[in-house]
Amino acid sequence: MTRRLPWGPLARMAGRRALAAVPVLLVVTFGVFAVAAASPFDPVKAYAGTAGLTASQENLDQLRANLGADQPLVPRWWDWLTSALTGDLGDSSVMRQPVADVIAERIGWSVLLAATAFAVAVLAGTVLGVLAARRQGGPLDRTVTAVAYTLEAAPAFWLGLLAIWVFALKLGILPAGGLTDTASDTVTFGQVASHLVLPALVLGASQLPWFLLYVRQGVADALEEDPVRGARARGLSERTVLLGHALRSGLLPVLTLIGSRVPELITGALLVETVFSWPGIAAATVQAAMSVDFPLLAALTVLATAAVLLGNLLSDLLYALADPRVTPDA
Amino acid sequence: MTARTVRPIRGTAAAALATVLALTAAACSDPGGSGSGGSAARDSLVVGIAYEPDTLSPLLGYGKDGNSKVFDGLLAFDADMRLKPALAVALPEVSADGLTYTYKLRKGVTFSDGEPFGAKDVVFTYRTILDKRTNNPSKTELDALKDVKAVGDDTVVFTLKYPYAAFAQRTVLAIAPQHVAARQDVNSGPFTTKPVGTGPYVLTGWSKGEKLTFKANPRYWGGEPKVKKLTMAVVKDDDVRATRLRSGDLDGAILPPNLAKGFKNDPGKKTYAATTYDYRTVTLPTHNKVTGDTAVRRALDLAVDRRAMVDKILEGAGKPAYGPVPTSSEWFAKGTERRHDLAAAEKILDDAGWKPGPDGVRVRNGVRAAFPLWYPSGDKLRQDHALAYASDAKKAGIEIATQAGTWEVIEPRMKHDAVLAGGGSPGDPDFDQYLLLKSDLAGDGFNNMAWYANPAVDKALEDGRMTNDKAARKAAYDTVQRELVKNPGYTFLTHIDHLYVVSDRWDGLSTQVEPHDHGLAAGPWWNVEDWTPKGAAK
Repeated sequence: MTRRLPWGPLARMAGRRALAAVPVLLVVTFGVFAVAAASPFDPVKAYAGTAGLTASQENLDQLRANLGADQPLVPRWWDWLTSALTGDLGDSSVMRQPVADVIAERIGWSVLLAATAFAVAVLAGTVLGVLAARRQGGPLDRTVTAVAYTLEAAPAFWLGLLAIWVFALKLGILPAGGLTDTASDTVTFGQVASHLVLPALVLGASQLPWFLLYVRQGVADALEEDPVRGARARGLSERTVLLGHALRSGLLPVLTLIGSRVPELITGALLVETVFSWPGIAAATVQAAMSVDFPLLAALTVLATAAVLLGNLLSDLLYALADPRVTPDA
Repeated sequence: MTARTVRPIRGTAAAALATVLALTAAACSDPGGSGSGGSAARDSLVVGIAYEPDTLSPLLGYGKDGNSKVFDGLLAFDADMRLKPALAVALPEVSADGLTYTYKLRKGVTFSDGEPFGAKDVVFTYRTILDKRTNNPSKTELDALKDVKAVGDDTVVFTLKYPYAAFAQRTVLAIAPQHVAARQDVNSGPFTTKPVGTGPYVLTGWSKGEKLTFKANPRYWGGEPKVKKLTMAVVKDDDVRATRLRSGDLDGAILPPNLAKGFKNDPGKKTYAATTYDYRTVTLPTHNKVTGDTAVRRALDLAVDRRAMVDKILEGAGKPAYGPVPTSSEWFAKGTERRHDLAAAEKILDDAGWKPGPDGVRVRNGVRAAFPLWYPSGDKLRQDHALAYASDAKKAGIEIATQAGTWEVIEPRMKHDAVLAGGGSPGDPDFDQYLLLKSDLAGDGFNNMAWYANPAVDKALEDGRMTNDKAARKAAYDTVQRELVKNPGYTFLTHIDHLYVVSDRWDGLSTQVEPHDHGLAAGPWWNVEDWTPKGAAK
């Protein structure tokens, strides 16, 4: 089937969202600075670590001035914002290096982990969902649904610890954490691949239920719809009916889901990276938050917010593309 | 057993995966992985540590206590914490007034990038640390230093503000290369994570939160180390560290006493107990009506059962502490040990007018003998010490309410509330005692948390740091320790041994006297550059 895609309205929607993102990001960064400033944690103490226990007050005061921690909230935020707009994200005090370097070093590993987990969740969710929908109430459907509800309730870190216990400690077939073997100092594909399995599966499994249950419901509903019943009546094969008709309309809700799962994916990655000592951006976020590392925390929050906004935009665009009845300008 | 079975399967899994994905060679380049299929290569060492450094730049405080692996100081400590020359050819010449220290530098030393080391690097390092713009939280330790100058290319002269006998001990701090570090932002430049030094090892990778990897420095002036590869895996959790040690993933690790016990009967592993200056103490703030009373302080000092703490809490791995100086140190004042003597404690309190009230807690002039004792939440060891201390005090009629909190909660209360504190730096008796006891440091950051003020101690502390005459110094620190018996501002409880379990595959292992915080350099691997693989000669 050919249909003119509504490029104009789609572009308008993207543009409008981009404009709306600006105030959202401003508010979010200010929020980060405000919350961090209100927190009882002291950035100077976090910076000094154990050395702070023997440092003189003069030394600590000098550090406070050097780190800019003596500045009031608003000017500090404004300074950060204006230099961030010129491309200077500042220096991370906890990592002792520029924020841009921290992000550059880590974001690739996070994207790899999240993308693999997402692919696992979407693919496995779709396949299992279609299979379950085909024989609703059958043993496969019942098992798959039960497992999905259980996974939905299980926190990602708990799944992670369980996976480490089973696969790394009891069976000894997969590494328990890190990017490569402990003794290795080169990052090879084989090493990363084997170390990626557990965290990606755990993160994927924590996302799986949403896709599975949506696909199952969507396909089951579609099988009941008139066009599908008509197709069946016309004597088309079960396969064509299922894949050609039911799946097409059953997948629509999944498209919306893809974008809206982004926030969950980010928080899931936060826990999974920590459990598996995966050197990604999420682990750095935890450290930045605990050390009140303003520049790093703000940059990471902007990144996460942007990812969420993009995810929402993506799901709306996909939906508009897939379903001609939806007008993107609505 | 598990070590032999786990690794091959894991290697095979990795190899199989890589083959299935068919994108690169399956064989991993590391010797511990699929390649050798069994035990790790004999010239590589993997150790598990609990804390990782924030930075690897000496300018920001890394390697200030020596032993930094990547760097050298002018001097270094031997196993008994005696100074020996490192980048200097000999111990410094000290002027008669104790204000000038002159070091002759070793010739022919190069940094790991091939550039020569010289006096300019020493001057650069010290001046940069003293610079106000440098975010070095340990700057206070160089308080005595006024200036440092190069005389020619192989002599460095330090000038002090006041005579400071412990200054030579401070010059173990790591020397940074000027030609690298001067060209970038001291606080955040690449040098903070990619160091270049003169030390026995060269950093090959640092995956923050995961591990640091090093290889032997072929240019090392002391000769290339026999242990060619060194990995420091950062494993925060004690149990995980023990499990990974058992599985063969680690060759050695620091472990708490209860977990180290599990390796006692393992023939392939040896346990090393390092004696330390790492003390646990209770601050008795002068500004609190109860803890500020000398009778209460003295009574607590006698009522506490230190031996039981060592046996029960530390499972024997430690010693009773009577002051910051451990009993095994040459600086310990013999005869200042206090016996556990509840009757004597009660008599002191009775004589001072603290009479038992209706609930068993003593009272004097309407003041109940009760005070809060804080410990940092999550620190099991300090919690155990705090509870034991409170229970011992209870028997003498003093009520202590133990409370957990973060340092943010504890710090504002330190002037009036007791804290279960820890600390300890070996090297010189001045390091701990001056900061803990000097009256004008009261409330200065975390120094003199108890607001201790004793003119006799103040004078002895000054005497001890002003002279280089060892007998005079010993007399001064003996005075400090005797004064602490008469008027204790702290109840010192224990000095804690640090336990390490290491695979028995090398010769040359020993331990150094260790400080409170144990980073990369503490542990049997303090001199890993001198180890040789067992049976390597055959």
